[in-house]
Amino acid sequence: MMRKLVSAAIGTALAVFAGISFHHSRHLREPVVPGPAVSRVATLGDYFAPLKGTINDANIYILEGKEPGGTVLLLGGTHPEEPAGRLAAWIFAENAELRQGRILLVLSANRSGTTATRIGGAYPADFTIPTAWGGQTFRMGDRWSNPLDQWPDPEVYLHYPSRQQLAYVDIRNLNRCFPGRPDGLLTERTCYAICELIRREKVDIEIDFHEAELQYPVISTIVAHERGADLAAAASMFISSLEGFAIGVENSPKALRGLSHREIGDATGAISLLLEAPEPFLDATRGRTDRRLLLTGRDPFVVRAGRRGLLFEKIDEKGWPIDVRVGRHTSTVLQVLEIWSGDHPDRAVVVAGVPRYAEVVEKGTGAFLKDPKSVDPGRLSFE
Amino acid sequence: MNTIVTVLYYVLTAYIAVLIVWNFLKRKSWQEELLYVIVLIPFVLRLLRLK
Repeated sequence: MMRKLVSAAIGTALAVFAGISFHHSRHLREPVVPGPAVSRVATLGDYFAPLKGTINDANIYILEGKEPGGTVLLLGGTHPEEPAGRLAAWIFAENAELRQGRILLVLSANRSGTTATRIGGAYPADFTIPTAWGGQTFRMGDRWSNPLDQWPDPEVYLHYPSRQQLAYVDIRNLNRCFPGRPDGLLTERTCYAICELIRREKVDIEIDFHEAELQYPVISTIVAHERGADLAAAASMFISSLEGFAIGVENSPKALRGLSHREIGDATGAISLLLEAPEPFLDATRGRTDRRLLLTGRDPFVVRAGRRGLLFEKIDEKGWPIDVRVGRHTSTVLQVLEIWSGDHPDRAVVVAGVPRYAEVVEKGTGAFLKDPKSVDPGRLSFE
Repeated sequence: MNTIVTVLYYVLTAYIAVLIVWNFLKRKSWQEELLYVIVLIPFVLRLLRLK
């Protein structure tokens, strides 16, 4: 009997230890200091009522310029395990000054996915970006919605409305469920809400931030719907010659369904673009999967894979630091907006105050995160 | 319909957790007891909606 009590006590201790960590990961609050251009904060539930009050009733930061113009939607956190996208959107939310047009910002497009890490992946539960005022901690997140919010997965996932068969687990993948289904599961309803937002706000351009493993061929690129091909090509040329890094262009394939660059472009009036930056943390050949790897992008095993020609992007001992990845996203958005605004003066979106690639790399991402203690608590939002 | 399926999965999880506890109580070897305790943890965490 004593032996059984000891075994049960060991099990209870392990469960409590794990449970505290998972509870902390799911409920960590991430403060946002809305910048000067943020006129109000709406939520996805305002555009699709059934999502109201759910975990995916994500905040939408609405940035408005003094002059009317076009509207751009930036989506961070479609895949929360790709944090450079969320951080780039964060920088826009806290720093952007708008002279013309509007920017709609979603920092946690799949908020459920930010509350769990990959089962069996040994991911860190969170990570901290160093700042002059100490540091800001973010939830790590996963590629898929948290099973606590959508469970079980079906044996077969048929994408709606194409009925294309996709991997069963991707019914929890926001970037495999577009354009969404109003009476579907949580992830499908979230996609539907995002499309409703785009339709009702007459969004001109939607940009979805991502990161990719170096073993994945779609990397360091802009994936563009055919209506955005010219815009993406021009941005690629300007970025490669002016910004200090190279980025390619890929056409959105018509045969692969559910992705934002395909479905949003087909289902709404918006031009849809998707940005991919390199994230060695996601590579299957990586070593220890910890916060250091997430932030430095340095891994000797991935470097070795590169030397053997197994990767689609270069890597050396310098790795792919988070600041490089975030800076790629901010500069790409700024170039897209500048080209779009030059070609469409009546639908222009003119923005200032957002750092470009070189500045983010030089000063670090943390230099552009605002101290939540420096403002009236009533002004704060939380993700 | 989806909610009903989800509730049924929680019922299944609870049922399997009870079976694991039952087996734990029947074991004579310390190693097997510990094995059942470890197997039980994810079921408990799911029932408590922690993971």
